Amino acid sequence: MTAPSQSQTLAIENLCIEFPGRGGPRRVVDQVSLTIRRGEIVAVIGESGSGKTLTALAVLGLLPRTAKLTNGRIHLDGCPLLDLRRDDRRRLLGNRLAYIPQDALRALNPTMLIADQVGEPYVVHRQTSWGKARQLAVDLLGAVHLKEPERRGSEYPHQFSGGMQQRAMIAMGLALEPSLLIADEPTTALDVTVQAQVIDLLREIREEHGTSIMFITHDLGLVADFCDRVYVMYAGRVVEEGHVEDVFDQPRHPYTRTLLSASLSVTAAREERWAGETR
Amino acid sequence: MWRGHGGLLLGAMLVTIVIAAAVGAPWLAPYSPYELDVTVMLQTPSWQHWLGTDEVGRDVLSRVIYAAQISVQVALVAVSVGLIGGTLIGIVAAYFGGMVDLVLMRLMELLFSFPAILLAIILMASLGTSILNAMIAIGIIFIPGFARLARATTMDVLRQQFVEAARAIGMSDSRILFREILPNIIAPSLVEAAAAFAYAILLESALSFLGLGAQPPEPSWGNMINTGRGFMAQAPWLGIVPGAALFMCVLGFNLLGDGLRDLLDPHLREDT
Repeated sequence: MTAPSQSQTLAIENLCIEFPGRGGPRRVVDQVSLTIRRGEIVAVIGESGSGKTLTALAVLGLLPRTAKLTNGRIHLDGCPLLDLRRDDRRRLLGNRLAYIPQDALRALNPTMLIADQVGEPYVVHRQTSWGKARQLAVDLLGAVHLKEPERRGSEYPHQFSGGMQQRAMIAMGLALEPSLLIADEPTTALDVTVQAQVIDLLREIREEHGTSIMFITHDLGLVADFCDRVYVMYAGRVVEEGHVEDVFDQPRHPYTRTLLSASLSVTAAREERWAGETR
Repeated sequence: MWRGHGGLLLGAMLVTIVIAAAVGAPWLAPYSPYELDVTVMLQTPSWQHWLGTDEVGRDVLSRVIYAAQISVQVALVAVSVGLIGGTLIGIVAAYFGGMVDLVLMRLMELLFSFPAILLAIILMASLGTSILNAMIAIGIIFIPGFARLARATTMDVLRQQFVEAARAIGMSDSRILFREILPNIIAPSLVEAAAAFAYAILLESALSFLGLGAQPPEPSWGNMINTGRGFMAQAPWLGIVPGAALFMCVLGFNLLGDGLRDLLDPHLREDT
């Protein structure tokens, strides 16, 4: 196996994950290799159950208890994650590696104030006092364009709209300026206009901090609009990878073609309908 | 606002009386609960002694008031031991799962398999008879109930994404347990604690009745009822007065616990 190059933020090699099943272990992630360079936004697409979220959880070290990582190597900034002790690995989380989950409301603790939650990475990793962490959190909330961050910080998650909750989650992920941000369908639960704002925010983060982003989604429109490279996963394997334009213009794998034609047929149907209505 | 909450109101009233008696005992009691006066033994209720006197001439009203103090103290400590111990065991079992869960919960089931009073007697026999040990023994009896409740609610919270999000920012297990999980599971345990209070008072009285709790001359409703048992024919008030106090206290805490549960449970609230 080759050593990861210095410009790579994340390098996954031959990752295999299995779940115990009745007829022996069932392999749900099969020989997945993936790299993300510094400042790059890489999409991982595929249908539900194709193994994209499990791959992300393996990077985070948060696989479900029953899942077993049977093979593979994961390097973050050249550091072999799987060789680290549990505590050392935990120290990387929220520090050099941040995670933005799909459903922001469910990912925020309902009993804690927003500013306390967003500032928590400072307390966990930098031993900052709660008062100082709260102030830093308010600054972060401002940085993700939340209006009146001071007042909003002293509210509870249920008082926030979906887009604001997702901004708060992103602010929390950004707290310690991680080198890799894993965003697991961060816009699925949001309506289209808010979706666009969140995407703009992620783009801005990449420009300003050079953060690499692993963007898990099944929204091909977003991939075309926002990502540099794309990995297509099907049944636990990477079936195709490349620059977004290349893959979208000339898909090689039948699954990618099906995926693209499904979304194209939607576009076509919509255009047809428009044409029909204006006639 | 209070319609349909008659039970809660009555419960709150009875509990207030008991707690007022417990806290204000030194000022409310007309005599010392320990003062013997053989010249007035076994007197019927009179203006000097509203609820009569016992077999050694102590004022029954004063002793019943001081006994409230002991009962409330025992219940408070016992329920706290059960609540803290049980909740800790429950969330640790649910959070770590696997062998930790298996061992802890089998241990809890072992405790559960004994009838409460029998377990209390076993514990008192091994710890020795004193009011402090009664508190600990009753507390241990409560641990499995609180542990089961905390385990179930923790399981529910663990399925929520915010626990995963907390792990994803690198929080340690202890921080996740105390900052993320505990505040989200504590409400049902607190309601359960109000209900457990009544049972703790009943258990303390039972232990004292058997001579295992408060030791004479310390007044306790349990040992007063036991004494009264021997004088049922000559001085029935000796048994009836502490019995009525115990009844009132347990009824009060039960009504309060039920009322609180109804008030805090939105499903039940709609029905009323």
